[in-house]
Amino acid sequence: MAGRSGNGTLPLAALTVDGLQALLQAFRQHGYRIVGPTVRDQAIVYDDIESVEGLPRGWTDEQDGGRYRLTQLGDDALFNYAVGPHSWKQFLHPPLLRLLSVERDAATVRVVPEIPPTQRFAFVGVRACELHAIGLQDRILLGGQYVDPHYSARRESTFIVAVNCGKAGGTCFCASMNTGPKVEKGFDLAITELVGEGPHVFLVEEGSDAGSAMLDEVPHRAATQDEIEAAQAVVARTAVAMGREIRSGDLRELLLGNLEHLRWEEVASRCLSCANCTMVCPTCFCTTVEDTTDLTGDHAERWRRWDSCFTMDFSYMHGGSVRASARSRYRQWMTHKLASWIDQFGTSGCVGCGRCITWCPVGIDITEEVRAIRESPATTEGSS
Amino acid sequence: MVSLEIAADGSDNPLSRFRPGQFNMLYAFGIGEIPISISGDPASTDRITHTVRSVGPVSAALAKLKRGDHVGIRGPFGSSWPVDEAAGCDVLLIAGGIGLVPLRPVLYHLLKHRETYGRVALLYGARTRDDLLYRPELDTWRRTPNFQVRVTLDRAGRDWVGDVGYVTGLLPKVRFDPVDTIAMICGPEVMIRSTALALLDIGVAATQIFISLERNMKCAVGFCGRCQLGSHFICKDGPVYRYDRVHDLLAIREL
Repeated sequence: MAGRSGNGTLPLAALTVDGLQALLQAFRQHGYRIVGPTVRDQAIVYDDIESVEGLPRGWTDEQDGGRYRLTQLGDDALFNYAVGPHSWKQFLHPPLLRLLSVERDAATVRVVPEIPPTQRFAFVGVRACELHAIGLQDRILLGGQYVDPHYSARRESTFIVAVNCGKAGGTCFCASMNTGPKVEKGFDLAITELVGEGPHVFLVEEGSDAGSAMLDEVPHRAATQDEIEAAQAVVARTAVAMGREIRSGDLRELLLGNLEHLRWEEVASRCLSCANCTMVCPTCFCTTVEDTTDLTGDHAERWRRWDSCFTMDFSYMHGGSVRASARSRYRQWMTHKLASWIDQFGTSGCVGCGRCITWCPVGIDITEEVRAIRESPATTEGSS
Repeated sequence: MVSLEIAADGSDNPLSRFRPGQFNMLYAFGIGEIPISISGDPASTDRITHTVRSVGPVSAALAKLKRGDHVGIRGPFGSSWPVDEAAGCDVLLIAGGIGLVPLRPVLYHLLKHRETYGRVALLYGARTRDDLLYRPELDTWRRTPNFQVRVTLDRAGRDWVGDVGYVTGLLPKVRFDPVDTIAMICGPEVMIRSTALALLDIGVAATQIFISLERNMKCAVGFCGRCQLGSHFICKDGPVYRYDRVHDLLAIREL
């Protein structure tokens, strides 16, 4: 969905917590599967939610390189945290997906393509960086010569309720990637939470006709000027509180001009090639395809599974892997994300969400790696 | 090495309309799917021909197929050799090992439209005599007038009377005008690089050299991300590239 682009001059509506609850009920009445942030396994993850009671009320997070901790503040805030280990790609571009089944009998072989689901998602609590990430995956899986029908079916019927971030995480750097913290476009409704001083309300911006129609179904009122200014202040505060930054203007030239930099060897000495960064990244799209048979040998299936450029298998050809060293695999990931992605899809593949930093078991920090190369761009191994 | 011919139901089938240099994804039931170059005549619409070397589980299963067995096929995918742009020019086809496979459709095209091209040469290097592909056809091509064919082996026995050594050693032995030549190279990446450098040395412009590259591929449509070389998805931007567009990337190890 999400037709219109955001416009700060539109009148904003105000929803109470009960109004937000009514919005969730409206989604359910319309047959949406509601997915939003919720606390599970000591992290804020994205999962099915029944009501506002499922949201992480009073919780916040602390994030740093290789570190994620939840803290209970006990206040009423429902969205006072940064992004967790999950991203929306697990719903739109599932980690494991059957592509087709093949039946064989004595005479013939029959291919049965997987029918994409008709279930519609309502995503509640999509951050600005995540809207950009979804936009990037749209470009890859919908915007080229070939369209992925599985992604397309999930994506096109999805209703997006975005949230303007009221808190910058310790590993966030969306402000320097120009992807947040304010949501600009790609949503049906966008909310800003006002909590603490004054009544607990959500200011709502309409981003599409579908969003406006849904808002009309729930009790709301016009926002006051004070509330609008308070909401603007929330985003402005978040923008200056980013835990990390990348100077992003010339990243493509910087990295592609330093493919033999000594830093790749240095970061490889710390990198475990565990692929966590690629699994938590909301834009990483790489997959493998696996063909299997059952024990009769006459029923075969093809499955698509998330894969990572950090595995040896990823670049394997007869005779060996193209990227046999951790150095070359880290270089592939980072130069693809920040540089060659621009050539492929017109924009950086990094949205500044910070997940790869937080969830790296050894705390490798992409912003620090860029800085290290920037500070000694001429250092090379002296190879041709 | 095995050549598989798949019956196609005429020119209406998109699978039977391919351009030389393109590939198909072939599926061995329950085992997997791999990219395989199309090695047949592009003008023939009644069959789709692939030549497969048995090196992994899928290619081994494909190589064991018998007449009448089923095989899955998707395609054709990828970019193609510049057979139209080469009209009026001398044409050099340089193959190393199984690199001859994706060049064979070009050979068929050149033979059929011989008058459209200037001097034509096939330079083919293989490890041993037993590794030579398409041997009956190779003899036919050798006997074709106005068609220069030179074959060299890395290791030759007493029965071999032809050339021995690296394929670039054949360049001085065929006639072509470097400034008016289109070269098409396919083989192992080191062979592609050294051959391209040898051609540059004798005055063939980088813009007139075309190469075919290979990487791991699972989808062939740019989704799986595995075949990337720098910003290129070899499955859809390649496999055939003009040399000047990728030469800097080939110089970097493990890219």
